[in-house]
This record gives sequence, C-alpha cells and structure tokens, in this order.
Amino acid sequence: MRNIRLIARLDIKAPNLIKGVRLEGLRVMGDPKTFALRYYEQGIDEIIYMDIVASLYGRNSLGDLLSRTASDVFVPITVGGGIRSCEDVRALLRAGADKVAINTAAVNRPELITEVAERFGSQCMVLGVEAKRTDAGGWEAYTDNGRERTGLDVIDWVRRGAELGAGEVLLTSVDQEGTRRGFDVDLLNAVSEVTAVPIIASGGMGAIEHMVEALNGSAVDAIAMADVLHYDRLDLAEVRQAAADAGYQVRRDVGEVSA
Amino acid sequence: MNVHIVDYGVGNLHSMVRAVEASGGSPVLVTDADAVLQAEKLILPGVGAFEPCARQLRASGMWDAVKAYAQTGRPFVGVCVGMQLLFDESLEFGRHEGLGLIGGQVAQIPSEDAAGARKVPHIGWRPLARAAQVKDWSGTLLEGLTPDRSSAYFVHSYSCVAADDADRLCDVDYLGFRVSAAVRRGNVSGFQFHPEKSGPVGLTIMRNLVRA
Repeated sequence: MRNIRLIARLDIKAPNLIKGVRLEGLRVMGDPKTFALRYYEQGIDEIIYMDIVASLYGRNSLGDLLSRTASDVFVPITVGGGIRSCEDVRALLRAGADKVAINTAAVNRPELITEVAERFGSQCMVLGVEAKRTDAGGWEAYTDNGRERTGLDVIDWVRRGAELGAGEVLLTSVDQEGTRRGFDVDLLNAVSEVTAVPIIASGGMGAIEHMVEALNGSAVDAIAMADVLHYDRLDLAEVRQAAADAGYQVRRDVGEVSA
Repeated sequence: MNVHIVDYGVGNLHSMVRAVEASGGSPVLVTDADAVLQAEKLILPGVGAFEPCARQLRASGMWDAVKAYAQTGRPFVGVCVGMQLLFDESLEFGRHEGLGLIGGQVAQIPSEDAAGARKVPHIGWRPLARAAQVKDWSGTLLEGLTPDRSSAYFVHSYSCVAADDADRLCDVDYLGFRVSAAVRRGNVSGFQFHPEKSGPVGLTIMRNLVRA
C-alpha cells in the first residue's frame, strides 16, 4: 500500500506566518510556531517553513523560529528560502531543521545539490521547484516565489536534480498556489513519472477531494497543505481518514501530546 | 536522570537533546572517551552515510570507548545510522566495519524485488510490528506502544539484517520488504526510525529510556 505523508507548509515573512494568493498579496496570520504546534498536536506528519523574502535579503532568517519550534514539535521540519551554501545548511540544521529546501541557489549553481547531499546526506537535500505552465503545454521552473524565470524545463530540471543528489522534491505549482482550486495533477504526474525520488505536492489544496485527485492521478508521496489548515477550513483527522479510505497508508495512532 | 548523547559532529543533535528534555531527562553531549565511559545512559545518533559516520566516530577518539561502554550493561541506544553502526559491517559504498555489538550487516533496501518496486530512500511513517519471535514489548524500550498501530518516522536507504533473529525486536513492512526497525541484545538497543521525530510515540520510547 502506498504510504502518504501529510505536511503543513508555512510561508513566512519574519516574524509572521503569511498567506498569499498565487504567491502575491500577502496576509499576516501570526506567530508561525503557534500554528506549527497546533498542527503537531493534531498529528501533522511534517512541517515546512519557507522564508519567502529570504532571497530578497540574501539570507534565511528562520534560525530562531526553528530553534523555538524544535523545542516542542517532534516531527521532521524542513526549512527553505535563501539557502546558498553548506554553511547556511549547517546553521539551519543546528538550529533544529532536519532538511533544507533549495531552489534559487540550486538553479544558479547546481553543484550545490551534490555538495549538500554529500556533506549532510541526500535525505536532507530537498529540491524546491516552482513550476509554471507554459503556452507550449509544459512547465518552466521559476525562482523567487514565481517571479523570476529560469528557462529550465521542470521535467528536465527535476531529473537532473535527482541525479545530482536531491533526496526529495518540493513541487509547487505557481498557477495553483493559493487558489484552493486543486493541484496541477498533470504536473504532479509528469514529474513523478520521471524520478524515483519522493515528491511533495504543493499548491492548490482547497478540499479533501483535491488530495484524493492528486494521489490517484500521480505517484506523489506527500501532500502539502497551507490555507486549508491556516484558516481551519479542514480538519486534519478528516483529511487523514480520507486518504486511508482512498486506499493509502497514513500514519496511525498519532497519540496524545502531553504537556 | 542524565542521558548522554555522543556528539561526534554528525547531524542535528538539537532534536535529540530536546526530546530527552521533553521526556524528563537531562541531556549531556559527550565529546571524549572518558565522558562516554562515565555515562549512565548513552545515545549514539547518526545521519547520512555509514562510512563518514564511522570515520568521524573513530576520529573523535570515542570508537573504542563506545564499544567498552556497551560492555558495562548500562543502557545504550543507537539511532538511525547509529543503529547501523552497532552491526558488524555495512555494504554502503563498499564494505565498512561497524562496532560489532550486534551480529549481522547493513544492506541496501532493494528498489525492486519479487514483491515489486519501491522508492529508495524509504521515507515516512510506518506502524511498528513485533518481530516474529517477540511475544510482547514489556521490559523493552518499546513498552507502552501498540503493535501494528503506533507509527514512527523513517528515512533511510540501507537496512540492518541481524544474523540472529533473537536480536530483532520490531519490524516494519515496506511494500513487501522487511525493515528491521528495532533490535536489542541485552543492554544494547537500536532504532532505525527517529524516536526524536516520531511525535508522542517517539517520546514514549524516550521516556522509557530515561526511566530505564
């Protein structure tokens, strides 16, 4: 039975959790740790913290937040945004992250993928990919929250990233992100067919059916959720049950979190 | 109660430290052989590949001390690559010697076999099952968990194969491949999954260690 992970994605403009539509038009939600802790207590499988203004400032500013979060949240935490070197990775792992998601710096210097994988293990190296549909019917990789084009074909780039040592791919559809209209299932299917590396589907989850469509229509391994959790639109236990009902293995016995 | 964690420059120890604290223990990072031998309870973490971990543990000067500590009878736990280090050898990128505290070797998870295809690395949460010869987990670090329900977080490409089935404490099924999830020989235990990243289930295990 295929095993599925349910992941909460928190986009952060320090010090706040924010939520935008198509990665623009930001709304402030509050302290990210409060949200992360709530999701942990509700049984989320993993947390992703994405510093969405990091590339503007050239650095990831989530170290303190990571350290505060890792003190109370005992599930894997991935951090992304503005990571440019092994030294950046080391600092974030020390702060409490388990994995790093790298997009812009990997596009600029693909060898960074190999350097991170060799030094910290490929399980730690998540390739962040922002995919936008092209008129030709494919997808182009973008950076800087869907603002900057790279000229790279998403399928080729994912295949190359996996060869270079990426252990996982965080695949965000720029077109669907924040719309709550469902995942770009064609994208998920096209990418999950070309690599054996686990894929996290991100962008578009607005209803439980969207998750089931994505799981049935592609070989993705994990579903990232944002709005639906931040605005309390869906109950995590119901999401998990729906995945189980659709025939996927999910984490059972999430247990009681004791104070 | 002090719980010593071997700090040999590998991985994220923050989570392990916090998990010990959250379980009522006092974490102490150890960086030299004398401190290892003085430990009351010892955790050997490890992430990434086997050979760099083994090399760094040797370079830290704590390799022999860890082996000697295991003979004291005091609780000793290896986690992830730390579990793999307990075995005789690993076949990851060549053949590399382990601590030899548990007989057997560490081999790659097959991405395809008679049972079908599976992704490697193996990432995700799996329900923990009792190994075939184990009647129950009481008296072990897994006491209090519910077999086939309590789930833990795995991320690994290689898996331990104990030479003696009696050393196997807990298995998980990964699409037809049997992953040895926990082993135990006397005071020495190993977990392939990450108790420090496995939510309340993992903290139950950590509490058992603190109270052991």
